[in-house]
Amino acid sequence: MNTMPPKRMVKLAFKNLGQYKLRAGLTMLGIVFGVCSVVAMLSVGEGANREIQEKIQRMGSQNILIKSVKVPKDESTSGGRQSMLASYGLTYEDARQFSQFVPNLVASTPMKILRYDVQYKARKLQTDVVATVPWFLRVQHYRMVRGRFLAGSDMEFGSPVCVIGSRLARILFAGCDPIGRTLNIDRDAYTVVGIVGDIAQGELPVEGELWLGGENQNVYIPLRTYLNKRGDLFAQWSQGGGVFEKIELHEVILSIDKQENVERAVDAVRRILRKNHKQEDYSIVVPLELIRQARETRRLFNVVLGSIAAISLIVGGIGIMNIMLATVSERTREIGIRRALGATRRDIVLQFLMETLILSLSGGTVGLAIGAVIPLMITATTNVKTVLTFPSFAVAFGVSVTVSVIFGIYPARRAALMDPIEALRHE
Amino acid sequence: MTVPIVELRNAVKEYASGALRVTALRGIDLRIDPGEYAVVMGASGSGKSTLLNLLGCLDHLSAGDYLLGGENISRFSDDQLSDIRSRRIGFIFQSYNLIPQLNVLENIEVPLFYQGVSEKAAAERAVVLAERMGLADRLRHKPMELSGGQQQRVAIARSLVCDPILMLADEPTGNLDSRTGHEILELIDELHAEGKTIVMVTHDDAIAHRAQRVVRFLDGEIVSNDWNGAEKP
Ligand SMILES: Nc1ncnc2c1ncn2[C@@H]1O[C@H](COP(=O)(O)OP(=O)(O)O)[C@@H](O)[C@H]1O
Ligand SMILES: [Mg+2]
Repeated sequence: MNTMPPKRMVKLAFKNLGQYKLRAGLTMLGIVFGVCSVVAMLSVGEGANREIQEKIQRMGSQNILIKSVKVPKDESTSGGRQSMLASYGLTYEDARQFSQFVPNLVASTPMKILRYDVQYKARKLQTDVVATVPWFLRVQHYRMVRGRFLAGSDMEFGSPVCVIGSRLARILFAGCDPIGRTLNIDRDAYTVVGIVGDIAQGELPVEGELWLGGENQNVYIPLRTYLNKRGDLFAQWSQGGGVFEKIELHEVILSIDKQENVERAVDAVRRILRKNHKQEDYSIVVPLELIRQARETRRLFNVVLGSIAAISLIVGGIGIMNIMLATVSERTREIGIRRALGATRRDIVLQFLMETLILSLSGGTVGLAIGAVIPLMITATTNVKTVLTFPSFAVAFGVSVTVSVIFGIYPARRAALMDPIEALRHE
Repeated sequence: MTVPIVELRNAVKEYASGALRVTALRGIDLRIDPGEYAVVMGASGSGKSTLLNLLGCLDHLSAGDYLLGGENISRFSDDQLSDIRSRRIGFIFQSYNLIPQLNVLENIEVPLFYQGVSEKAAAERAVVLAERMGLADRLRHKPMELSGGQQQRVAIARSLVCDPILMLADEPTGNLDSRTGHEILELIDELHAEGKTIVMVTHDDAIAHRAQRVVRFLDGEIVSNDWNGAEKP
């Protein structure tokens, strides 16, 4: 049995579609919107997902973050009057026990994080001062911009040196090179030895957030130096008078050798803290668990996006079916003529399917093009991160073409199964 | 003995529309030999179109046999009948039945497409036939831009394009004024003179004189089968 060669079928389909330019255009529009909204949606979803993943990844999937948390004062004991000394949070003893009892521990990074006025010449700024140890840099995966980070010798000698965030460098030193210059933290003088790079936006998106997101404007100093100069007491002046806070460590990051050992280590940490603390003046953040939660959230997100996408594509498909049904019924006579002149049922099915296919392929292509531009515009205008991935293109395009063809089969079959004589008589 | 182009044996066609049964052909026998020009006449509703549709393989017999060129095609599948329509039958309709979005050449080429004839060969053949039908300066026109007579010429060219063994015409002049109709009849005469086998439905007695043979229908039966010229052996 002979059948029309594909090339000629395509030509014929274009000719036929040419009769209904407006209608074909409107049908395509349905697919265009379907595909481009799917691509855009998936890119926004993927962008959000990547952002979360990155944030968590930076905290380190092998790390356990333990933070001091201020417990709200019990009203009955303080009797409405604030006591002068607030003492809470992680202690050196906690840190010592972590090092001794937490299994598979590779590094323990203690931190004191305090807010101070930082001043260079006339410029002054209140910011977070992080007193920590040299391996902090490695644990946090920060990038040095210039100079060096805190060194072992700084700790040993309690040297008055500091490393500053890139933003702080820009604000305080505006133009001149900060390395080797001396700035004041509160009343103490420190020499700048290095500049450390940006912190990812929204860094540490967890409860008790200590650092502002965005660019790095922290100051890093050796823990030893700070303790020598200031000790553990921190005075906070407010309207009602002064309050002394005693916090030995604000945060400890424990790095475990392998991901699979993190859970056991967390158990050990919990046990130690429960034993040492009467109240829960600490919080434990396990990035690995956050990653798992993020994956779970992502799965849900994908299901929701997928459903919306499916609906919009099905609507596009129904549009195609609608148009093709109208076209078939308008062209009943033509179908009869073609059958009388030798077209088989298959020829007729293929003819109409080809028209559907051309509509959906061209609609899908335009949809992909627009769908690729929309995320760029979103990112450019709203700062929302978007990611275009090949699978999202493939899914949007593939699904739309498949849906269209499936919805196109019914009208095409209806055309082919028509009785040729009836079709010929059709006005 | 020559093999007849058409041989109907006790051909019955019944239409069942719901509970109603209409018998359009009541067991007719008909034999048409190569090169014959037969005119089918009869009152409206007597079964002329039904006969032509069956001869044109557009429909199945309810009972009886149809031999086309010696081949019994009564029980052919839809696909096989499609193939026969494209290769062996030439149809000319009262209302031309051209495809509106295709131009003259493309309309003439349609049957060749379904045979898989190459685009170039099809176009060459279509041009020759269009020129022969006096349509040389109308090749790229759409049917809407042509007169009724011109449209029917396109339809005749189309029916000739695959060199059919049987040409069928259902009241080809029914929609034309008498002069144009006359021209079309002349063309059909020419084809007959070339040896084509033609079956034409009409109810114009004047037209019937042109044919060798007149088959008269009444209520689904053949009531007379005259040879205008010499008696058929
Ligand atoms: N598809 C059909 N369904 C039911 N009855 C039909 C159909 N086609 C034709 N008939 C009937 O068959 C008879 C013959 O019709 P037809 O062959 O068209 O007559 P003619 O062409 O001689 O006018 C008529 O009674 C007509 O009503
Ligand atoms: Mg009729």
